[in-house]
Amino acid sequence: MEVETMRNLFKIAIRNLLRYKRRTMLTASLIAIGVIFVLTFTSVTSSFRNMMIGEITDSMLGHVQVHAKGYVASIDNLPLNLNLKADSIKFVEDILDKNPDIAAYSPRIKFGGMFSNFVETTNIRLNGIDPEKEFATTPRLTSRVSDGKKTLEIGEIFIPVLLSKGMGVKVGDTVVVVTTNQDGSVNGKQFKVAGILESATGPGGRDGYVHIADARELLRMTDMQISEYAIRLKDFSKLYGFNEKLALELSGQLNKMGKPIYEAHTWENLTPFYHISRMIGAMTFFIKLMLIAIVLISIMNVMIMAVYERIREIGTIAAIGTLPRKILAMFLIEGLCLGIIGAIVGTVSGAVLIYILNASKITFSFAQHTGYVLTATINPSDILVISATVIIVSVIASLQPAYKASKMEPIKALRHV
Amino acid sequence: MSQINSIEFEKEIVMELIVADAVGKDYEAGDITVKALKDINFSLSSGAFTAFVGPSGSGKTTLLNLIGCLDKPSGGKLTVAGVDVSSLDRKQSAVFRGNNIGFIFQDFNLIPVLTVYENIEYPLLMVQNVPPAEREKKVIALLEAVGMIEQKGKYPDQISGGQKQRVAIARALVTNPKLVLADEPTANLDHKTAKMVIELMRKMKDELKTTFIFSTHDQKVVGEAETIFTLSDGELEGKSIHGGGDNA
Repeated sequence: MEVETMRNLFKIAIRNLLRYKRRTMLTASLIAIGVIFVLTFTSVTSSFRNMMIGEITDSMLGHVQVHAKGYVASIDNLPLNLNLKADSIKFVEDILDKNPDIAAYSPRIKFGGMFSNFVETTNIRLNGIDPEKEFATTPRLTSRVSDGKKTLEIGEIFIPVLLSKGMGVKVGDTVVVVTTNQDGSVNGKQFKVAGILESATGPGGRDGYVHIADARELLRMTDMQISEYAIRLKDFSKLYGFNEKLALELSGQLNKMGKPIYEAHTWENLTPFYHISRMIGAMTFFIKLMLIAIVLISIMNVMIMAVYERIREIGTIAAIGTLPRKILAMFLIEGLCLGIIGAIVGTVSGAVLIYILNASKITFSFAQHTGYVLTATINPSDILVISATVIIVSVIASLQPAYKASKMEPIKALRHV
Repeated sequence: MSQINSIEFEKEIVMELIVADAVGKDYEAGDITVKALKDINFSLSSGAFTAFVGPSGSGKTTLLNLIGCLDKPSGGKLTVAGVDVSSLDRKQSAVFRGNNIGFIFQDFNLIPVLTVYENIEYPLLMVQNVPPAEREKKVIALLEAVGMIEQKGKYPDQISGGQKQRVAIARALVTNPKLVLADEPTANLDHKTAKMVIELMRKMKDELKTTFIFSTHDQKVVGEAETIFTLSDGELEGKSIHGGGDNA
């Protein structure tokens, strides 16, 4: 179709929309409200999701973890026999040191033991860490220290708040940790409580922390052994590519059976919160489906009415010699314009609403943490996808009425009263 | 499509613009077949100013619809500008109408969202894809000819019934069609305006040498026609000649 014809079709479509101002306004408003709702919902849930992921990865898990093959499957038992040994540690650390995408990584020795305040005894899960490396890998860990100092020296322990409350242990108290080492012998060591850790929901959220040197001493490790490496990336968006590349590099060392010795997992494989994150994604998808239904029904309704009201006009232009495809285009463009108006108004209003939400500094709680400020953000790609969906659905919704108009017999249309 | 493309050629060799040979039109109304037109025979040459008259239900509009390729005869053969209208499919009919026939309607049928100028321009732009400069020249010429140049920027709801029909006449003539069909063009106009509209049609016919066929049951405007066909109950009852332009 020629440019001038198209321009004229757009002119007629827009004038017809202006001809029924109230109806156009109502329909465009309905679409705009749908767009506002989807944009706001997407931005708020995305903010919540990002906060949740940030909390889990930055205070406990890291973005990626490397273990000996099979460790994650039996992680609840904290199996010491699946710790990485000296050769493996060198192999893995060589790979991690050379990788330019890594911001920091932290070797950990994970083990279970008995915790005693000399009056009561209970069990505890502990992480032996190099504090400098751990705090660089999980920078929000120190923010979980609700009482005490935010550093960890040899001979000190961070204990979870539940243990502190349950056993009445305070910062500065001396406690004993007893553990069984790989040989089956038992060893104990006194620690000074350096800090109380707020719980964080998820695996490891109620663990205690000791210095890695203390962990080795307790476990009577003559050589260095590592249960896991937690890795923090410079760019979180490169997570999947990084993990694939790392897994490939780690597969360079195989066992005698020719099977991989190591496994690399993203945070998603290590926490059930990933499923909540997926559920949020699914909810957003269904909200988008609702928007599609709103647009589809409202545009189709308006276009059916538009065709019905203009039957004689359709008859006239058909009689004059307008080809059916041009009549089809005339109504499709009308639906398209209505969709564009709704998408633009909805996007602008949605952006304003998101700005107001952020400016209001609404706070909420997550797990044990309170005072999280809602920072609703929306990706330009989301805006594009939502707007494009609205516009495409508008055209699809106009198809049936437009097709009907184009197939109308001029003689019958001219007779219509 | 070749039939349509050969119209220009056939225009030169066909003497009669319209030839109706035993044309009939039946409608199904439930189980009953209504014969709207019965065995119509006539021919019309180019440049005629012809009226079909008769009471309501006599078949005037049906016949005009057949000539205008808006409908197809149930029997007989109807040739317009050398083309058997029964042989055209939907798209070919639209192309044929766009190139050969102008329509003037009883209710004017102007497009309400277009101005007077744009209504007249519509067939040139949307049907014939005429270049802008040529379009403007033709539209302005016709606006002046029908005396609507001052109202060119107005919308149909801002002008009177008589003015609307002037615009409709200009729209029908702007593509320079071989034939203009006007179904009861004066039915919604007062007598004075109706007479002015008929006179305008006649003037345009004389200036542009276009064939005009109109239907009416208004005896006051019938007299303006050069040739009058009388229809009754779907049959052609008679023909009278008032002036030149007819050799049927």
